[in-house]
Formats: sequence, C-alpha cells, structure tokens
Amino acid sequence: MAERCAVIGVGQTHHKAKRDDVSIAGMVREAAKAALADAGLTWSDIDAVVIGKAPDMFEGNMMPELYLAPALGAVGKPMLRVHTAGSVGGSTALVAAHLVKSGIHKRVLTVAYEKQSDSDAMWALSVPQPFAAPLLAGAGGYFAPHIRAYMRRSGAPEHIGRMVAVKDRLNAIRNPYAHLHLPDIDMKTVEESMMLWDPLRYLEACPSSDGAAAMVLAAEDSLSGGFPPAWVHGMAMRSEPTMFAGRDQVNPQAGRDCSADVYAQAGITDPRAQLDVAEVYVPFSWYEPMWLENLGFCDPGDGWKLTEAGATAFDGDIPWNPSGGVLSSNPIGASGMLRFLEAAMQVRGQAGEHQVDGAGLALGQAYGGGSQFFAMWVVGSDKP
Amino acid sequence: MSPAGRTVRPVSIASFAQMQNVRRDDEHNEVEMLMPVVAEVFGTIGITKDDVDFICSGSTDYLIGGPFSFVMALDAVGVWPPRAESHVEMDGAWALYEAWTLLQEGEVDAALVYSFGRSSLGDLREILTLQLDPYYLAPLWPDTVSLAALQARALIDSGTSSEAEFAAIAARSRKDALANPKAQVAGDRSVDELLRDEYVVSPLRRHALPPITDGAAAVVLAAGDKARQWSDKPVWITGFDHRMETHSLGARDLTSSPSITKAAEVAGVHDGPVDVAEIHAPYAHQEVIVRRALGLDDSVRINPSGGPLAANPLMSAGLIRIGEAAERIRSGEARRAVAHATSGPCLQQNLVCVLEGGA
Repeated sequence: MAERCAVIGVGQTHHKAKRDDVSIAGMVREAAKAALADAGLTWSDIDAVVIGKAPDMFEGNMMPELYLAPALGAVGKPMLRVHTAGSVGGSTALVAAHLVKSGIHKRVLTVAYEKQSDSDAMWALSVPQPFAAPLLAGAGGYFAPHIRAYMRRSGAPEHIGRMVAVKDRLNAIRNPYAHLHLPDIDMKTVEESMMLWDPLRYLEACPSSDGAAAMVLAAEDSLSGGFPPAWVHGMAMRSEPTMFAGRDQVNPQAGRDCSADVYAQAGITDPRAQLDVAEVYVPFSWYEPMWLENLGFCDPGDGWKLTEAGATAFDGDIPWNPSGGVLSSNPIGASGMLRFLEAAMQVRGQAGEHQVDGAGLALGQAYGGGSQFFAMWVVGSDKP
Repeated sequence: MSPAGRTVRPVSIASFAQMQNVRRDDEHNEVEMLMPVVAEVFGTIGITKDDVDFICSGSTDYLIGGPFSFVMALDAVGVWPPRAESHVEMDGAWALYEAWTLLQEGEVDAALVYSFGRSSLGDLREILTLQLDPYYLAPLWPDTVSLAALQARALIDSGTSSEAEFAAIAARSRKDALANPKAQVAGDRSVDELLRDEYVVSPLRRHALPPITDGAAAVVLAAGDKARQWSDKPVWITGFDHRMETHSLGARDLTSSPSITKAAEVAGVHDGPVDVAEIHAPYAHQEVIVRRALGLDDSVRINPSGGPLAANPLMSAGLIRIGEAAERIRSGEARRAVAHATSGPCLQQNLVCVLEGGA
C-alpha cells in the first residue's frame, strides 16, 4: 500500500544567462537551501537526495552527483542520479516521490539543474553519433518540422506562436526568478525578431539559462513548513521509441497515455474544467497548442483556438505557465522540475504575483528527447 | 526492516542475463549488444516485455562520447505501445534499486532492469577523470588508476594489507573465472608469479587492475504471484541500501568505507549468515576494504564468478554482482548472499543488496 506524498518545500535560483558568481555546487546548494528553509528543515532532516540533469556533456562533468554530494548534504545518505533527457526535471521529482510513496524514506530532497554557461548545449547535442543521422541544429531545428506539421494538420494561423511568446514573457514579469523579463514585448517585436528555424523566430524560442530547482517531498506523518503541503494526486512517466514508421511526433501516444494515467489516479475526467492551472514544458511557442491537444484540454486540432481565445492567459479559464514557463527560463535539466515546482507553489498559495486565485489542483508536465519521454504529476491542496 | 521501520515487500530476482564480456566489441552498437541480453532475460522465464510494468536502465553518456546514449538503447526493448520507463546515469545496480522502490509500493509487480557500456570506445583511464570536481581536481587530470594506487598505497601504509594479498585476490579471482563462461580474463597463475608483474602505477601491478570491458546485463524483478509463477526457486531481495561519501579524496580515510558499513547495517547483512558475497571491487586492494566494511569473515566465499577482476563492464559490473549472487542461490551453492556495487573514485558511493533463497 503506497503512502501519501506531499511537497513541503520549494526553492529555486534566480535564473540567468550566466551565474558566474557561483560554482555548480554553489548553484544547486542555493536552490536546496531555499527548499529546506521553505520546509523549515535543516540538512540533517533529509533522508535521501535525488538529483537530475540533462546530458553530462552540457557541463563536461561525468556523473556530477559524485562531486555535488557534499554540497547537497548527501554524504552518508542514499543519492540517486536521474537522466531522462528534457523530461529529467520531472522524472527526478517522480523518483523522489516514489521513495516517499514506497515508505522507504520520510523526507527526500530532490534537485535539478543546468549551468548552460559552463558549456555549450548546442555543441553537446550535435556530436556525431555512429549509425545515426547528425542533428547539428540543436533542439529548435529538430522540433521546427514537427511544428510545421502541426500547423498544416490543424490549420492554425501563423500568429498563434507569437501569442504564446508574448503571453509567457508577460507572465514572467510577475515571477522574480524568471531569466527573461521583457516588458516591452508584443506581437510585432516577436514577428520582427530573427528567424531561427522556420517557423520559429528568436523570440519564440527558450533562452539558455543557468539555474537550479529543488523540492522537499515528505510522507504524511512528516509534514512541516509554513505553507500548506501540495499533495501528489497522480504521477506517471511514459516513453516511446524515438523513430518508427508512422510515429505521430506531433501528438505522441506516450504523452496521451501519460496524462490519461495521471488523470485516472487524480480522478480527473475533464482537465480543462477540473484543473485550475497548468505548468507545461513549452520550450518553443507552438508547443502550447500542441500540448493542449496532447494533454486532453481540447479535441485534436483545437489547441490553437484555446490559445487564440485567451483561455490559457493569466486571466483565462485555464492559465498555462503563469510563471513564464520554459520560454522565460530554461536551465534545461531544471526546466521540468520547475514545472512540477510551480504547480506545487500554486496549490500551496505561495506563487506571489503570479498566483492563480484559489488554485486547488494543478498539472506539472515535462517532456524530452524528440517528444518521446514524458513525466507528469497533478498536485492539489486537498489530501487525496 | 528499512530505516523507517517499514516491512520490506519481497521482490525476487526472477531472471538474469549478461553479454559475453569482451575487451572490445567492434561489431555491435549498444542496441545490438542489448537485444540478445534482453531476449534471454525474458526468454529464460518464458515472458515478454508485455509482462513487466516498468523499465529502468543505467548507463553513461561519456562512454559513447555523445548525449542521450540511453535513448536509442531503449530500442533493444521496443517500447511500443509506450511504457513506464526511467533511466539513471549510474550503474545498473542503482537502476535495479529504483525499480525495486517502485515495486515496494505494491501497485505493480514486475520490472525490467538493464545496463550497458562500451568502455573500449575511448581512453577510460582519462574519461573517468571527468567524474572529479571540475574546478579543483579534474583540471589536474589525475587518472583513475593513479587514484586507485593512492588508495592501495594508503592501505599498505596502514599495515593491514600487502601487495601479496592483492596478488592472492587476483589469483583467486582469475582462477574462479575459469568456470565462468562469460568472463573476459581467466587463468591460473601463482601469487609468486603475479608478484613478478610490472607495476602499472605503484603499488598496483598489472594483475591488480580490472580489465577494460564491453558488456551489458539485464535483470527481471518480480513480486507477488509473478515471483512464484516465474521461478520454482525464487531468490528474494531481503535488504537493500546505498550510501554516498564525500568527494574530496583528501577528506576521506581511503582505507575504510563508512558508506558500505552503513549500507550493510541498513540492509541487514548481519541478520543471518552470509554464504557468498559478490563484491564490485574493480581493483584487487578494494576487495580488502569492501570485505572489511561489510564485516565478512573468512568463511564467506568472495566473487565465485571471478568478480570485476575477470570482467568489468562499466555501468553493468554492479548489476552483474547482484545477478551472479542470485545465481549462486538459485543453483543451491548458497542460501544467503550479499551483492555490492560501487561508483566514483576510490569507492565513493556504494550499494549493498542482501539476497536469500527459500519459500
């Protein structure tokens, strides 16, 4: 019988292009200390540490948990290191949640990070591999054709992507931790920004950030902290093969299956109506309408209509990424955990300027690879 | 019992398979290495991928020299329709731990665990330097053999071991490996003969070093009815823990391993007699440290498979220890066994798994 699990502490860094004031260890420790403080705990209260990040080649440290163990108070404790591509921040939180749900540990610290300024993600993503077609263009070049396919399939007009870019950046102004604060952004500045990977323009792509995120997860008999707990109502991971004939890369089956599993656990039959807010991994503007459909917020082909109608805006009926999302801060390995963390902040009522009024049930979603890895959870203010 | 006083749900090592360990496999990519191993681990007990609820793997990108080496490896299983799946950038023993935690919740009953690595693709001795503190240690490029030699020297200087003991461990391991068809290095050489080997880095002579190995391994975990359906003689995990030490080598007593002692205590190694231990000590002298930290006496049979001195496939060698220990119980050679896995320079991180046969 699984135990209940709740988020009792959250912490994150101020995400920036270059955090040259701290080492990697200093950066992850900053987020972890904030999470401990939020939970009203100290290092010795933590039973185990679960850390995640995107490929080690991004910073050039092989299995960096070995080096980071003392900075995270993990000496003498169990420490796990998760890596599931871009979904890793979410998966890391889920592995930590399983340590609590299984009854093995009472309080687990989970941390995710990327220090992109220490290396070059574009290079690391483009290393030639034997027996594989060269990627060479990083993530944007990989996803642009999928976006084109979505536009063709759904008939979505060109301006939808620009709307998401503007909405998420204006949301980010409410979030003091966000990397990008662009108060002057509008449809015209997005449209006039440089074309990177047709149809994606510069301002429709995520930044390259240094940053870390951390959470303390606890069992029901080990709650603490000033804010109420965010209870885990449902959680799941799903993976599908990278390539095969007929794979739907626009609306992947793994994403649909993952959300169906999580909704079933959380008793959700109508996500748009029942969820109060969603923090979803949207690294390129068009992934908002695409994931609206994949996550069942509307019928296939209708995602862009929700965006266009303002349903996902801060004052819409189902706000998406009130924190500013990945489009405003992208410390890659941490980006997924930030979605999970922001969902928890919303239902704990601690999101400050970007708090959605009365948020009681929130979705956190992360995806990675070539849209074949998914991790999600639903957290709520009520005990499940 | 776990630290939280929890009752451990019995989970069995239902099946184990490993690749033929080789110095260099030029003919297969990672998927091709894994496919026969995955087919065997399912085939042995007559199941398919559809019979497991969860998949977890262990590997490191730094062997292939590119990001996401685990991504394509998943094709060895074929996750269609989509499956619940996770990956640790750690030895497969820790992937097994993650899968075991999931089974502890009692909502799913079976998992596939696999790991793989081609150590031959680069200069392993230099690659492992990248595990070190990137600001203060890695730029000095201390290589992994030299760090192990520092540890061996400290052990000799403590007056509790000797080059002769290292040679005896190597001789026993390679001799035992003669009976292991999957071993890479096996032979029957006397201690006197081994002590005439050249030093690689003093005090480590050639025989005290592990081979460089390409390999892969897989385990099926099962709980509840599936554990009994899939095996007449289930081998149960009765204790499981892992612990980390600090990174700075100067801050550690390299001749001892408090992390192993702690993990052994939590896993309950001494709750019963130990017949066999499979120890992931890549360097001969490390077996001395691990054995002492586990608190094993001379009656315990160490590494009947030949251990990592006979085959040391990076990222799989720890998982193989668990598989080999389980096989000793399944074959009736042992009733209770301990498996150990390690990660990082000089045994920085350690895992201890207790296995028992019986009803």
